[in-house]
Amino acid sequence: MTKGCSVKAAVIVFPGSNCDRDVAVALEASMGAKPLMVWHRDTELPKVDLAVVPGGFSYGDYLRCGAMAAHSPIMREVKDAAARGMRVLGICNGFQILTEAGLLPGVLMRNRQLKFVCRDVHLRVDNDRTDFCRYYRTGDVVRFPIAHAEGNFFADSHTLREIEDNGQVAFRYCGADGKVGGDANPNGSLADIAGIYNSRHTVLGLMPHPERLADDQLGGADGKLMFDSLVEALS
Amino acid sequence: MSTTITPEIIAQHGFKPDEYQRILAILGRAPNITELGIFSVMWSEHCSYKSSKKWLKTLPTTAPWVLCGPGENAGIIDIGDGQAVVFKMESHNHPSFIEPYQGAATGVGGILRDVFTMGARPIANMNALRFGDPSHPKTRHLVAGVVAGIGGYGNCVGVPTVGGSCEFHPSYNGNILVNAMTVGLADKNRIFYSAAAGIGNPVVYVGSKTGRDGIHGATMASAEFDEKSEEKRPTVQVGDPFTEKLLIEACLELMATDAIVAIQDMGAAGLTSSSFEMASKGGLGVAIDLDLVPMREEGMSAYEIMLSESQERMLMVLQPGKEDLARAVFDKWELDFAIIGRLTDSGRMVLTRFGEVVADLPIDPLAQASPEYDRPWVAPAKRPVVEAADVEPFEPIAALLTLVACPDLASKRWIWEQYDHMVMGDTVQRPGGDAAVVRVHGTKKAIAITTDVTPRYCQADPYEGGRQAVAEAYRNLSAVGALPLAVTDNLNFGNPEKPEIMGQVVEALRGMGQACRELDFPVVSGNVSLYNETQGAAILPTPTIGGVGLLADVTTMVTLAFKAAGSAIVLLGETKGWLGCSLYLRELCGREDGAPPPVMLHRERRKGELVRQLIGDGLVRACHDVSDGGLLVAVAEMAMASADGIGAVLEPPAAVPLIAWCFGEDQGRYLLEVGEDILASVLEAAQEHSVTARVIGKTGGQAIQVQGHEVPVADLKVANESWLPKYMGGELAGH
Repeated sequence: MTKGCSVKAAVIVFPGSNCDRDVAVALEASMGAKPLMVWHRDTELPKVDLAVVPGGFSYGDYLRCGAMAAHSPIMREVKDAAARGMRVLGICNGFQILTEAGLLPGVLMRNRQLKFVCRDVHLRVDNDRTDFCRYYRTGDVVRFPIAHAEGNFFADSHTLREIEDNGQVAFRYCGADGKVGGDANPNGSLADIAGIYNSRHTVLGLMPHPERLADDQLGGADGKLMFDSLVEALS
Repeated sequence: MSTTITPEIIAQHGFKPDEYQRILAILGRAPNITELGIFSVMWSEHCSYKSSKKWLKTLPTTAPWVLCGPGENAGIIDIGDGQAVVFKMESHNHPSFIEPYQGAATGVGGILRDVFTMGARPIANMNALRFGDPSHPKTRHLVAGVVAGIGGYGNCVGVPTVGGSCEFHPSYNGNILVNAMTVGLADKNRIFYSAAAGIGNPVVYVGSKTGRDGIHGATMASAEFDEKSEEKRPTVQVGDPFTEKLLIEACLELMATDAIVAIQDMGAAGLTSSSFEMASKGGLGVAIDLDLVPMREEGMSAYEIMLSESQERMLMVLQPGKEDLARAVFDKWELDFAIIGRLTDSGRMVLTRFGEVVADLPIDPLAQASPEYDRPWVAPAKRPVVEAADVEPFEPIAALLTLVACPDLASKRWIWEQYDHMVMGDTVQRPGGDAAVVRVHGTKKAIAITTDVTPRYCQADPYEGGRQAVAEAYRNLSAVGALPLAVTDNLNFGNPEKPEIMGQVVEALRGMGQACRELDFPVVSGNVSLYNETQGAAILPTPTIGGVGLLADVTTMVTLAFKAAGSAIVLLGETKGWLGCSLYLRELCGREDGAPPPVMLHRERRKGELVRQLIGDGLVRACHDVSDGGLLVAVAEMAMASADGIGAVLEPPAAVPLIAWCFGEDQGRYLLEVGEDILASVLEAAQEHSVTARVIGKTGGQAIQVQGHEVPVADLKVANESWLPKYMGGELAGH
């Protein structure tokens, strides 16, 4: 993507965030400019088109994952801006923070096997009609890495039905052949859900890390298309 | 302060009677309890290296690219463009046995601090683990706890754990080994050292508060275990990786300014060793008011404060006038910051608590003039060479299936999938290869890292074993295309007061030193862990080598996985079929006898140069060094790693018995996958380097075939991948 750079993005940094630089590198590769790094104590969010809540262990995850960060001053700003239409992407711990902050439905529980797991997984794209996924096609199989101990998505049956009916599932865990379910689900997530949108499809949270396979030297670049999509959509 | 120093108290502090006499001579009086405690940790084996110092001095430690050798927190090498790599390996064996999760976690925390203390951002963690017999009742619990601890700490801190090793042997039943290594990246002109300078400069404490945990950890790590060792659990520290992450960021932020004169982490022996080391290296004295130390608990005595091993703490000397700047950085990261003392010109450490002097000790005799022993030693008897003809020949495919599923060779995926090995976005070779490779962020350079040692060779012949450990590290780095630059060592042995154990130390160091010299692969940092014994039974001698190499251009890197069908498989090096001390002998025949395979260092160097040249020129599709298990296991590993399960058809020569050819562990060998079209030029290059090269077969099909025997690669993968998860899941009978 070489869209000049009309897109402005911010990465929110909490104490304990550790994928902030990684996602900034991926954003810069697609945007052609560095995103702003915004410290959690800042009470004002600069005017941006996209805020990314990165992975890591905000506040050590010593309470419930993401629970502390969700109550930090900057998240109030993120919520307000999101209500006004700013796009928000939460990756891994960022996804947990967005659910805790109420920007996304559901919760992320301890993995079914109770252990941290770091490996590549295959995902099936469930909805390509969003700003995050316009360079994918519904049904595409992409490969992103996961690295989490609490990625087991859960929602009550009513919420799940809403999510499904409203096209809010972004990605589901699948095999290399695109077959969803069974052993391909690495953490026990309900309905094999790896990532979901809010009802307006302006906020995306996902456990897998698109920024970790956004460079062929790292073994793949499926993740780059998500950042390219955002740049294209928001330019 | 009124505790009377009785002979019992002296013995509890680990002093031999002559050592106590030495204390009396230094002080000219009897020490009080605080002073005695300080002496005990400073003179512990762990802090003073008193048994090994004499022999460590024989290791080569210099090269034009070495910026800092042993003696600082970590070693430093130059990687060009104004950049430096800072690295070290350190053991946390004793605590990990007593409390596996926290023991291993704090091992990672400690080694990370050693590296970022010097101004480097940690970019990769590695580890070398040894556990007891899988069927021993404690082993599974220890594996689970250690792996969770390493992951729990490293994952949270956000430094990728990119590789390591994990093996099992009954000699580790009572003493597991947890050796952790960190590699960091620094600006060559912004390295920080620990020597204090500037009389009157403030001594500053930052990080976590001090609690009562870990008191006497260094002393515990300097004694054998007995049946009461589990009662030592309170001496194990508790880790807080979140605070460590903040401490890394805060220290690196402050290091970008000119506020710091000297900095030292509080590791083993906590505030005691950090303050003594800084003052001693600077030739100064220090006065500390212990009332100002941030504390977690009320009523801590001077003794407890000085001996606490609470984690995530650092000590710094600041430039005068920079206190406010520094305080602001630590406030931002919500970490404690306290000026606790000043540097003095007295050459003494004077500690006060509640307004009274509680210790007044001369610094040099404690820090630099600690005891040094020339312990008696005996070299082990040489073992006879095992002839291939005297080894029972099993059907090669059945033997291969047994070997790829044996605990030492079985896939360690169950372990490394619990480590975040990709965070920081520069891991270009993930765990499971010959060496892990991480890019130097924002450049085309990359760092290759490996940890190696073959303890069964060291047991059989510590001199050959020491040479082999270094040579294998050299090979593993060369096999990905990296130029080997330097090593860190972690010397794990039993009780050095026994001449046969001391003989292992001496001989292993002699072998390592020789290999490091001949391969231009100096030792820049290290750690010694002795007394790995329980009730008189020692571990196998385990001098772990952590090797670091440089790829000038990451795009030339290769992996071990077969890439295409129809390639020639080229073997570099001679195969005589050395079965003594081999895994075949142990796993198939139940024998651990024989002399280990010898290493030919001059050939090793030539072969390494050839391999790196071929890889650098883009002539090699895959490369793998031949080590544990021998040639057929190495071929199987290349096939199992290939994305498409590409197999191989092998043509063994008639001159060597089949089993010996397949499973002999002759040293100094590499396997190359080479396209047919360039085979001639590869063989020619080998000839120019006077390296024996032979085409031993071709890639292709979905099976490994050798003289009419064959096995599908998929079956090998199942055997290789299933042992550890099944074992950890409690699904294996007899385990």
